[in-house]
Amino acid sequence: MSVFVTKNTKLLVQGITGRDGSFHAKQMMEYGTQVVAGVTPGKGGQKFEGTVPIYNTVAEAVKATGANTSVIYVPPPFAADAMMEAADAGIQLVVCITEGVPVLDMTRVRPYVMEKGARLVGPNCPGLISPADKAKVGIIPGRICMPGPVGVVSRSGTLTYEIVYQLTRAGIGQTTCVGIGGDPINGTNFIDALEAFEKDPNTKAVAMMGEIGGTDEQEAADFIKHHMKKPVVGFIAGQTAPPGRRMGHAGAIISGSAGTAAEKIDAFKAAGMGVAQRPKDFVQLIQERLK
Amino acid sequence: MNIHEYQAKEILRRFGVPIPPGDVATTVAEAEAIATKLGGPVMVKAQVHAGGRGKAGGVKFCKDVAAAKEKAAAILGMQIKGLTVEKVLVTTAADIGTEAYVGIIVDRKTKKAVFMVSAAGGIDIEEVAATTPEKILYHPVDPRYGLQAFEAQQMGFFLYADAKQARAAAKIMQQLYQAFLASGCSLAEINPLVVTPTGDVIAVDATMVIDDNELDRLPAVAALRDESSEEPSEVAARKANLTFIKLDGNVGCVVNGAGLAMATMDLVKYYGGDPANFLDIGGSSNPEKVVNALKIITADPSVKAILFNIFGGITRTDDVANGIVTATKANPLKVPIVIRLTGTNEEIAVKILTENGFSASSDMDEAVQKAVALAKGGKAA
Repeated sequence: MSVFVTKNTKLLVQGITGRDGSFHAKQMMEYGTQVVAGVTPGKGGQKFEGTVPIYNTVAEAVKATGANTSVIYVPPPFAADAMMEAADAGIQLVVCITEGVPVLDMTRVRPYVMEKGARLVGPNCPGLISPADKAKVGIIPGRICMPGPVGVVSRSGTLTYEIVYQLTRAGIGQTTCVGIGGDPINGTNFIDALEAFEKDPNTKAVAMMGEIGGTDEQEAADFIKHHMKKPVVGFIAGQTAPPGRRMGHAGAIISGSAGTAAEKIDAFKAAGMGVAQRPKDFVQLIQERLK
Repeated sequence: MNIHEYQAKEILRRFGVPIPPGDVATTVAEAEAIATKLGGPVMVKAQVHAGGRGKAGGVKFCKDVAAAKEKAAAILGMQIKGLTVEKVLVTTAADIGTEAYVGIIVDRKTKKAVFMVSAAGGIDIEEVAATTPEKILYHPVDPRYGLQAFEAQQMGFFLYADAKQARAAAKIMQQLYQAFLASGCSLAEINPLVVTPTGDVIAVDATMVIDDNELDRLPAVAALRDESSEEPSEVAARKANLTFIKLDGNVGCVVNGAGLAMATMDLVKYYGGDPANFLDIGGSSNPEKVVNALKIITADPSVKAILFNIFGGITRTDDVANGIVTATKANPLKVPIVIRLTGTNEEIAVKILTENGFSASSDMDEAVQKAVALAKGGKAA
């Protein structure tokens, strides 16, 4: 078993004829993902790589192919609309890879997608991969993953690859890797992913990578303390980042927190989590918890 | 992107917010001319992208033109949190009765734009928030409907018992919200919002932070960027589409991805070194970016060793290798370089590097330890 992305994922690619979209559509197909449709307005009727039908709208694509998941590679000015179009067409899992989506757009997109009953992952994220199901939605390199018992959830991209790569090299595989993205307003958060991993029978331990800023990690630690039986090992990037020349007071007033690495690590410790000081520490900490 | 107080005030004036008159000066003579034109007591205020200007001595009251001239001379060129003051705002000094705080921020927790208002405004507002949070009203705005008149009025009456002042404040909050949306802000605040002894409600200071992701579709806002008030190396990096922040150490870091870049800096510290910078070359693969990154890093005389840490996903490591070779052929390095790369096209990258006299590691910890040792002047481990 795996979470969010499984053997039953029927994937649609929004922006399939673009530079990034076409490259990654091919990579996902090679990995084994069922890519059933592409959407590029104006290119409906064509075929991608001679096999995947392209439609003008997501609604048409869903009707014709039964796609249940969509991955978005469109440029930032069009990303908000693409996410809403997918949710409106009945897509259940919307994954937005696009980096640079204005945050005010996301204040509208998030409630819209939720009202339609869809799950959003991203934007500005590397997507998801479930190695045992040979299903990948996004850009996480397939060859650094292997099937196994660890659920991975992270705010970062390449840092996730680094840690997954180190786990795989040590023979520790993954159920699903979920890259939730680092934007201030996104869809799926740490708690959503942790909840799914807690329920997934194949996941035996969770590796979680956070960053400085915000309070998502502290809230996740609180969730782990009260609602999780499975062991979680955490890491925070930015332990040595200097305090910025912050403008205005609003940020400090609203969070009551500076979002420092120290605060987050304290929250991890208080929740009884393992804390990796370096990326490589994940290997030993996870191994100990899988015994 | 940060903009200056005088720029934020110009935006707010266009949306109707009452603000005392004033203008910006880059020389003492200009400051004197503005003070003369305004007449009466003025404030001279440093325009830098840093909080805590007043506490640093960058905001002064001047009773007349002579004083304004003297204070402008003192403030122009002064350093505030490592930034040189290039501009001052000279503005009519308001008579201050009471000081309130009005701010809007895009809040991660509620996922909405949230108003925060407090009658206890001024420079100690963060202290107020920490010790007496009941003195602050939080009001999330539903993005589907925007700020309604009654909501603004509720906030107005939270600030002022006087109906006329409450209504004036409510109007200013609606204007602030419109300016916030139209300028693509992630934060906008008026602090203090002042009631003058004659009962007028006016904005005496304003701060706006623009979401960088809005700049492409808001060229007029993007044009407000003041490069003279930024670190030159950070300006060069932005023009090359790199994210760069200069730090105090001596290990120059080139990494792809912000999370990995931060983790690399952390690891440099872990092994006893000090990073000279944060530099993220981003996701897409382009040898030109690597050339520009090396140019920026080598321009910093404090860099004693260079560390590349590349995890190829979208980024092709052979592109990075080609970038390193091209850049170092044009400008031979004067400091040692340690290259760690793994991922997409790693074999090709290693071949390119080896053929050109470089060595490459595939282990992050090993590379970081080596770079730290080299920066200290020691031999590589």
